[in-house]
Amino acid sequence: MIPEPRLVEVRKNVLKQNDVLARALRERFRAAGVVAISLVSSPGSGKTAFLEKTLTLLRARYKVAALVGDLATENDAARLARSQAPVKQIITGTVCHLEAAMVQSALDGWDLHDLDFLFIENVGNLVCPSSYDLGEDLRFVLLSVTEGEDKPLKYPTIFNSADVAVITKSDLAAAVEFDETVARRNIQAVRPGMQVLRLSAKTGEGMADFLEFLERLHRSSHPAAVVNRNRRLSARS
Amino acid sequence: MHELSIAMSIVDLARKEAESHGAPGVDVVYLKLGPLSGVVKEALLFSYEIACQQTPLEGSKLLIEEVPIIVNCPVCMDRRSVQSLQSLCCAECGTPTPEILEGRELMVTAMELRQ
Repeated sequence: MIPEPRLVEVRKNVLKQNDVLARALRERFRAAGVVAISLVSSPGSGKTAFLEKTLTLLRARYKVAALVGDLATENDAARLARSQAPVKQIITGTVCHLEAAMVQSALDGWDLHDLDFLFIENVGNLVCPSSYDLGEDLRFVLLSVTEGEDKPLKYPTIFNSADVAVITKSDLAAAVEFDETVARRNIQAVRPGMQVLRLSAKTGEGMADFLEFLERLHRSSHPAAVVNRNRRLSARS
Repeated sequence: MHELSIAMSIVDLARKEAESHGAPGVDVVYLKLGPLSGVVKEALLFSYEIACQQTPLEGSKLLIEEVPIIVNCPVCMDRRSVQSLQSLCCAECGTPTPEILEGRELMVTAMELRQ
């Protein structure tokens, strides 16, 4: 006779291991006084150009470093190294997103107390990175004007997982007839209250405001309190 | 697509759970999935079969319960569902509501173990 199967209650988060690592990273960042910011976007939205410009400008007054995820190449790290800031490439192979464990091992050998800002550039992908907490204080989602105003509606989950939206390549806005009002409305629809910044890494438009925003984060003892932070963590733990 | 790596995490979690109960195998894994988890049900089901191959979970079933987004509406001052994933507004009064209470679940809630 086949015995009846036994039903047991489990109640465990599938990504618990990642979440635990991410929480430990967040605590390390806080203890070291470093503001950790991750960037997510589709491929080609200008993450690397934006980050190169940001690192170059911030370096005048702050100690900055970056981790950059890519499927196959070290091209991004080479580009970012032109900013003279310490940069490490995380090659994910076939993995389409960064996970907390990759961030943790990439930080090996770096003294976080030596840093004011740490940027983590995720793999260009608007789907998979939304599931993984990397321990960052804030997640910035980038939307370039060439992508169209409806990106937030097509990828609501990643926009919802982020804390700040950055509209990039603003110098091209007129050429591609980008309707910023519609884009902002769409961002607010999927993530009510999200702060939106607009800039061009190429012309420098909006970069001063952006730097001021970063400085405000750094001055605050609790960077996540400066913006309407996403509650993704508390909602899952 | 990251569902395969998620499926492998589910298999890993379930295998350890079965071991801790001294069960020789698993019949069913129950999973709660929220729309904001970033995981697609169909892709996960497809990946689950692959992830189970040559593990003690081979032949087991993944039963997914899709749960809705629940927000705390600041106007109704209560738990509410939303208009849609593209419009995070209270389904009752239409107020935009950023405070998400539920909807990010990616959780193994229960298992049926073979005796």
